[in-house]
Amino acid sequence: MIEVKVLGPGCKNCQTTHKLIEEVTSENGIKISLEKVDDMAEIMSYGIMSTPGVIVDGKIAHAGGIPDKKTILSWFKADCCPGNDKCC
Amino acid sequence: MFNRLANFIVYELFGLQADTSVAQSLHFFIMDITKIFFMLILVIYLMGLFRSFVSAEKVRNYVQGRAEWVARSLAILLGAATPFCSCSSVPLFIGFVEAGIPLGVTFSFLIASPMINEIAVVMLFGIVGWEITVLYIFSGMVVAFVGGIIIQKFKPERWVEDYVWKIQMGESQALEQDNSLQARHRYALTEVKTIVGRIWKWVILGVGAGALFHGYFPQEWASNLGDANSFLAVPLAVIMGVPLYSNAVGVIPLAEAMLLKGVAIGTTLAFMMSIAAISFPELVILRKVIKWQALALFTAIVTLSIILVGWFFNSIL
Repeated sequence: MIEVKVLGPGCKNCQTTHKLIEEVTSENGIKISLEKVDDMAEIMSYGIMSTPGVIVDGKIAHAGGIPDKKTILSWFKADCCPGNDKCC
Repeated sequence: MFNRLANFIVYELFGLQADTSVAQSLHFFIMDITKIFFMLILVIYLMGLFRSFVSAEKVRNYVQGRAEWVARSLAILLGAATPFCSCSSVPLFIGFVEAGIPLGVTFSFLIASPMINEIAVVMLFGIVGWEITVLYIFSGMVVAFVGGIIIQKFKPERWVEDYVWKIQMGESQALEQDNSLQARHRYALTEVKTIVGRIWKWVILGVGAGALFHGYFPQEWASNLGDANSFLAVPLAVIMGVPLYSNAVGVIPLAEAMLLKGVAIGTTLAFMMSIAAISFPELVILRKVIKWQALALFTAIVTLSIILVGWFFNSIL
């Protein structure tokens, strides 16, 4: 299971990002545990200042603005279809 | 190009006479709508590309430890270049504090960010022309620069909420990033879709209102109202503008109407800035990191600076 966290105080952009990640992963059969983080101290502990931020398995995948679907899929490159580089 | 398109639609497609109010309004509407949407898409796209190279985190590292005026100028440029999402202002504020950047510099950023943004610039440029756009950007930066310096004099550090000082900013490894031009292009396209998707209705409404003024506004009214430019007009306009909250898209057609009615440029600029710079929702969000004394000071100083800018422009133009 891949741990994904969406960091942000809960604005529109954060909600959209959360929804997009849900969509992309379920469309591609990628299993993740998705969590919203709105605690400021925790957000900052990742070194992120522009929200929404996305953390994938403890690493910063995205900060600021809404990511597009193709970019989201690229975060899970290793997991969506091993051995097939073309899919993502 | 846009003029020709409007000519074609209004006079040839609809067969309207050029000297009627309907034709004038419609012509103005079509020309402005096509021009503004064209520019919005172009500018938001270019800013999106630019932003994919410059992040707030990078700027923070760059601003940290610089001479104060350099730090302040950079913070204002960053504020102008980033679209204002009020939910980002809290993490940004904490991030700046944590980096030891003076609070006055952070306030300069907070003043510049909502006032100057690409949407305001495009709308102004499209509706009232480049001269006023340049004046607006310039005076917004001056207010941000001077406002931040004055706030610093009051030692606002004592009003920062305690927990802010305790937050430690961590550092995380970044996931392997797709830094190709293609990925940046996609990022910029997403920005265009998101922003235009959010504001298109307001653009149409705003330009529509402007178009009505254009065709149906009697000339005699303008000359009557032109005399009402007393010294008091600027503070009155600002005091009216501060509690009003609107985004740039809603303000600019209003500004155009004011200019058409003969309200002086300084008064109009001050009114626009006061609406954009201070908003109640932003104050509520900022209350999470600073106490109300600092918010009151922030509001008072920004209001005062805007009034001064308005007087300045009224006296030289």
